[in-house]
Amino acid sequence: MKTAASCVGQPVERLEDLRLLRGRGQYVDDVARPDMLHAAILRSAVAHGRIRAVDVTRAQRLPGVHGVITAADLGDPLPLVPMRLQPLPEFAAFAQPVMARDKVRYVGEALAMVLAESAAVAEDALAAIAVDIEPLPAVPDSTAAANNGALLFEAAGGNVAMRFRAVRGDAAAAFATVPYRRRESFSTQRHTALTMEPRGLLCEWDAARGKLTVSGAAKVLFFNRRVIARQLGLAEDAIDMVEYDVGGSFGARGEFYPEDFLIPFAARRTGRPVKWIEDRREHLMTMNHAREAACDIEIACRADGTVIGLRGHAVVDVGAYMRTNGAVGARNIAQFMSGPYRIPNIDIDVALLLTNKTPVGTYRGPGRFETDFFRERLFDMAARDLGIDQVEFRRRNLVSASEMPYTLATIAPFESKDELDSGDYQATLDRCLAEIGWGAKTALRGRCVADRFHGLAVACFIEGGAAGPKESARLKLEADGSLTVYMGSSGVGQGLETAFAQIAADAMAVPLERINNVFHGSTAFVSDGYGSYHSRSIVMGGSAILDAATKLQAAMCAEAARRLNCGATEVALADGRASGPDGKFISWAELAAEPIAAEGFFLNHKHTWAYGAHAAHVAVDPRTGEVKLLDYVAVENCGRAINPLLVKGQLVGAVVQGLGGAFMEHLAYDGQAQLLTGSLADYLVPTAADFPQIRGFIMESHPSPINPLGAKGAGEGGIIPVGGVIANAVADALASFGVEPRDLPLTASAVWQLLQDAKKRRGVD
Amino acid sequence: MPVRFEVNGKAVTVEVEPRLTLADCLRHRLGLTGTHVGCEHGVCGSCTVLLDGVAVRSCLMLAVQAEGARVTTVEGLSLAEGLTPLQTSFRKHHALQCGFCTPGIITTAHALLSEEPDCDADRVREVLSGNLCRCTGYIPIVEAVLEARAAYKRRQSE
Repeated sequence: MKTAASCVGQPVERLEDLRLLRGRGQYVDDVARPDMLHAAILRSAVAHGRIRAVDVTRAQRLPGVHGVITAADLGDPLPLVPMRLQPLPEFAAFAQPVMARDKVRYVGEALAMVLAESAAVAEDALAAIAVDIEPLPAVPDSTAAANNGALLFEAAGGNVAMRFRAVRGDAAAAFATVPYRRRESFSTQRHTALTMEPRGLLCEWDAARGKLTVSGAAKVLFFNRRVIARQLGLAEDAIDMVEYDVGGSFGARGEFYPEDFLIPFAARRTGRPVKWIEDRREHLMTMNHAREAACDIEIACRADGTVIGLRGHAVVDVGAYMRTNGAVGARNIAQFMSGPYRIPNIDIDVALLLTNKTPVGTYRGPGRFETDFFRERLFDMAARDLGIDQVEFRRRNLVSASEMPYTLATIAPFESKDELDSGDYQATLDRCLAEIGWGAKTALRGRCVADRFHGLAVACFIEGGAAGPKESARLKLEADGSLTVYMGSSGVGQGLETAFAQIAADAMAVPLERINNVFHGSTAFVSDGYGSYHSRSIVMGGSAILDAATKLQAAMCAEAARRLNCGATEVALADGRASGPDGKFISWAELAAEPIAAEGFFLNHKHTWAYGAHAAHVAVDPRTGEVKLLDYVAVENCGRAINPLLVKGQLVGAVVQGLGGAFMEHLAYDGQAQLLTGSLADYLVPTAADFPQIRGFIMESHPSPINPLGAKGAGEGGIIPVGGVIANAVADALASFGVEPRDLPLTASAVWQLLQDAKKRRGVD
Repeated sequence: MPVRFEVNGKAVTVEVEPRLTLADCLRHRLGLTGTHVGCEHGVCGSCTVLLDGVAVRSCLMLAVQAEGARVTTVEGLSLAEGLTPLQTSFRKHHALQCGFCTPGIITTAHALLSEEPDCDADRVREVLSGNLCRCTGYIPIVEAVLEARAAYKRRQSE
């Protein structure tokens, strides 16, 4: 049995696993209600067009069909998907209606919804709906968005939704005086989080009580509840959002999507429970896409490799609408292009371009994966030009511990400032080099061994976490003396129950076994909650537990003082007892004859900054372009690891997701903006056979100064540097050919093509 | 039409539409929701069950095709109390996060270890390459399966 104050920091096996390993987890599609209707949604097969008619008469008459809902049933104006983050007025013109009425703007946009007695009948009925859409010229990519004359929103007069600009120092002056500049273009491809569990909802309307229950909610339940309340004209407390087990989010699942209005609306309209479960094809065309960005950037250095300026332009293909967090990736590309490096002069602007593709949102490390690829590639090119070793180049430019807190570029138009909080960035770089055996492997760089060219690369990164403004936790002393934890954070598969139980056990100075249960992710548990994104749950929710524990202990002392007839300050709480000064005591169970509870909060407007370094060793087959990943080391310092097992799990899992983005994942569209990758046979993700050699290491030397746990968000760092590291390793391996990857993904055919182009440039076959 | 088969050691008779998949039959007709449906086109492996001891995708077969077969799901590979050695190893190695793919992976790994308790890491990776996991990066899953080999070897030698 663990003693008090010893849980945090231990690799405690997860509490969740006992149900999930035995098939006893409960995901939303595992929940059923008698008399339940099933929804299926008709989705546009046309990327851009004017809707002339949606005729549902035949579908409505099919046996088993309860009804069909079209945009005409949803009122005027149509409810819109709101912006959750950066809700700037400029974005309002590009909001997505929950169902298309006048125009469709991407393949997959909802046109009608069938409600039927079974999912099969509902899907059958979709085929009986007659849709007449007049096609319009499609805008398939950001180049076309800027040039081809077709407009997604005629009233806007252009396809630019917004421009962000990141500024620090005086880039123009810096570039005027430097001895070395290099300008390059890079791009990253559209891909997505691809949660293994498709989205789903089960909504119930209790007309007698005026109560709506939304099961299958995830990530940001309180925000989504506010939206539904407003759109359906209900009081917030007339809606319960209920989270079941959630099969992954990675930023994408749980945002407010059109279905988050449509299914509650259908339940209220029919008075019957309505379930909707997305299929994989729908998922690939409707869940937030991400990562499609391109840049033209320039670096300025002194001859010794000191970077003094970074400037340029980037474009982000945001798809057809601005949805809840669709601006985050673009903003991050601008603000975090400098990463962990000291770059005194920055001027980067980013345009958000509308195209006829699925709207974008956040995917783990939003904007950071892209911008780290751009920066790290440019760094290696500059280091090579200047004849400086790539490791040394980074060392010279990493922000040092003595420069903390270090101010990042400021974002306009909404003045957004941020600063790095703490850390020793050289130490994680050193550890990373040591773990991969950089010194010994250096001899292999660029060499051909057994028909493969070997390459090495290393990159450093920062990971922002702990978004504010607030999180809530409630602790309750139960009648048996155990403790129950209620959280405003949301579980999306990351193991929150275990980590929160550890934090609560230490805060209350009890063994872990005394934590009876951790409830999270339902609006009924706490007064307010902000959910799980931006690697915030442990820092924000965990710190709220500490506050709740302090308050609960005070309440327990007060109750004990009353019962023991002494002062509250004289009561000691230990070993399941509340003891008075005279040695008299009562057990916690007796104390809680009436349960005692306390709600705690954590308020925060600063961010935590985990950081680290990744290194890769690859071997490239020049005949096929196939890249074999021989070794990959990821080191991250997260201040304080609440549960090292979970942190390492986040790290290694994120690296492999990043390798998917670096090597294979691609949501491809044709020139008519038709999605070409609508199945898992076309959209490839890493399998168990692809990347056997990943090693993750956690360091904890610099606790965050901004929260009482000292923890830093650590859910995303593992994915951030992967694209840059892999591309640099491939460039290193093929340096003798002059291969410089500028675009992801690096599929075998892409690498092969780079080799052919390089050979052609050099006039050799 | 009626279909009769055995699930986790129990004989069942279910009246089904011919087009109902085995996965949907197990989940929605028999309440065995441990078997998950992640793609419905045979790629992700979340719906893997054992059919007469062989790992198959229950989304790619119809319930009526299970007539007379012996079907085992993750529930049938679990104990009423506690964890099996394979599950214990998964927990120890943190070989699951969101848990959605996990029943399919447990089922696949059980089939592999039952047949080949001496398999090496490459073989484990080859067999598990038909089960997608988005959370773990597979490293801990392979470690967990390799460690669980000992229990299956013991079982074989008993």
